[in-house]
Amino acid sequence: METLLQQTVNGLVVGSVYALVALGYTMVYGILGLINFAHGDVLMVGALVALEAIRLIQTHAPELGLVPTLLAGLSVSVLVCMVLGYTIERTAYRRLRNAPRLAPLITAIGVSFLLQTIAMIIWGRNYHTFPQLVSTTPLEPVAGVFITPVQIAILVVSALLMMALMLLVNKTRLGRAMRATAENHKVASLMGVDTNKIIAATFIIGSALAAVAGVMFSSNYGIAHYAMGFMPGLKAFTAAVLGGIGNLGGAMLGGLVLGLVESIGAGYIEDMSFGFLNSSYQDIFAFMILGIVLIFRPTGLLGERVADRA
Amino acid sequence: MMWVLAGLAMSAGTGAWADTVVKIGFAGPLTGPIAHVGKDEQYGAQLALDDANARGVVLGGQKVRFELLAEDDQGDPRTATTVAQRLADAGVKGVVGHVTSGASIPASRIYEQAGIPAITPSSTSPKLTQQGYRTTYRVIANDLQQGAAMVGFAADVLKAKRIAVIDDRTAYGQGLADAVVDSLKRRGLALVGREFTTDKATDFASILTKLKAAQPDAIFYGGMDAQGAPLLKQMKQLGINAKYLGGDGVCTAEMIKISGAAVSEDVYCTKAGIPMERMPGGKQFNERFKARFNIPVQLYAPYSYDATIALVEAMKQANSAEPARYLPQLQKIAFKGVTGNVAFDASGDSREGGVTLYQFKSGRWEPRN
Repeated sequence: METLLQQTVNGLVVGSVYALVALGYTMVYGILGLINFAHGDVLMVGALVALEAIRLIQTHAPELGLVPTLLAGLSVSVLVCMVLGYTIERTAYRRLRNAPRLAPLITAIGVSFLLQTIAMIIWGRNYHTFPQLVSTTPLEPVAGVFITPVQIAILVVSALLMMALMLLVNKTRLGRAMRATAENHKVASLMGVDTNKIIAATFIIGSALAAVAGVMFSSNYGIAHYAMGFMPGLKAFTAAVLGGIGNLGGAMLGGLVLGLVESIGAGYIEDMSFGFLNSSYQDIFAFMILGIVLIFRPTGLLGERVADRA
Repeated sequence: MMWVLAGLAMSAGTGAWADTVVKIGFAGPLTGPIAHVGKDEQYGAQLALDDANARGVVLGGQKVRFELLAEDDQGDPRTATTVAQRLADAGVKGVVGHVTSGASIPASRIYEQAGIPAITPSSTSPKLTQQGYRTTYRVIANDLQQGAAMVGFAADVLKAKRIAVIDDRTAYGQGLADAVVDSLKRRGLALVGREFTTDKATDFASILTKLKAAQPDAIFYGGMDAQGAPLLKQMKQLGINAKYLGGDGVCTAEMIKISGAAVSEDVYCTKAGIPMERMPGGKQFNERFKARFNIPVQLYAPYSYDATIALVEAMKQANSAEPARYLPQLQKIAFKGVTGNVAFDASGDSREGGVTLYQFKSGRWEPRN
């Protein structure tokens, strides 16, 4: 029983990071119909910039407490990623807005390589130790089930950010403009919505979320690396598709479901298949679920509620 | 006829005022998560060729100059074959490499076809030399020896009875883990869990949670430090008190650095070969290495040095840099290298492959045997 509970905790922690990154994919897809493959690498930049900022703070202002140092590092990295997100949209995608769909897709892959290479030049190829400013000493709230303060922070911060995003999209003027642009950006612009600004805002918000996800990811695992964005990016993209790409609630649900499926799948696949399969099929298991969901619901778990797109 | 004469004159001309260049290939991961291991071995080979050039080698009456041609295989089996072909096409006379078993095994076939001897400084998978290639050599102990040593230690010294094994499904990790599982069976110890991950994973919580339920005394990880360190951290975060055992891939300075506070005296690893301070020429080698490259030896640079010297020595004895001529000499080679006596058995394995056990103690890996 405690094993199942522990696996659920593991899955929720991983899943909420996936969900946060998936939101970035799904927002951009909702508005532009573009799969922004560089999104995972924004996460990587977020983590490495935060690492650099934290190192600077620790050398020049060591008297600052642990949590303020982390928050300062996080703020710097969020700002840098917002600028980065805007720059990517402005330079790489805006010119291709009316190009055939394949062109921006290939460009996105190009941007992803570019970001990785630049990061490799700046930070080198080695794994960096990410300072663990929030304690990673495990707590034991239920006998036999462990969770670290970092992981609690991840769960809380993701939940808060997702709620904030939902409010932003559904209750504010900017959100209404985003939904309108998603629905039909030609008509939206006829109605007086500055669609270029709205699209830029979408990239900026998505990148900020990716930066937060990157810092949380690195704080949890204690490492940062120039290629670290690839796997979470791929998984988050899967989560977005699983939930119904273009749908915000879907991205969150998809992320959590994927996290849980992976963790419980890896834990029980051997017993469930009577020893025929083992944990080396962890990823196949996750993609199998994706396949099955897409066979029965081609638009993903929450795909049909188009009105929620942003 | 005129052209031929002109050509002869030209080649004679170059021979007169330039040494003949003999290219030696090196292949290993120079980018990616284990680039530090690849670079280390590249520097080891470079140092050996620098030494040979400084001493001056004359083959067939011609003074030769050795040049290292380093290629990046990214530790990836497919890239390794491309890179091996590129080295063969570039006309290298011998290869030092590859670094990882996953790369060495597919590459060895290409060297065999091209007839180019390849000596790996660090690929420890038994499969490599079981292929029966006459051009495949290694200067380090293989995993069968490493796995047996670790299991013996876990049983006799740590008194562990229940052992779980995880590997990263690379040729290296799997080979090592399989060797451990084999030795467990032979010693009658219980294998209480067998889990798998990949060499790109960062999250191991679910497989560790599963192993935790099996209450192992020790968990063995077959893989590299880039995954081994987060794995160790997550073990502690999940409240698993089992000892952590690993192979040479986690026996690195990187492992200590990345694991941070998680690394404790419960962490043990084996390394094929012997610690640098116990190598006959170890101390001096490290100093020369630091002076030349501004970085201390990471892992297998001394082995890479000896592998390179083995190629040069065989060429000297055959008085030729042609692989077909010096290959028979390589088989019979015997000299005292930095790491100890270098000699190969019939399958190309090192005759004197020692294994050393380490425990993490006061900030570093301390040899236990």
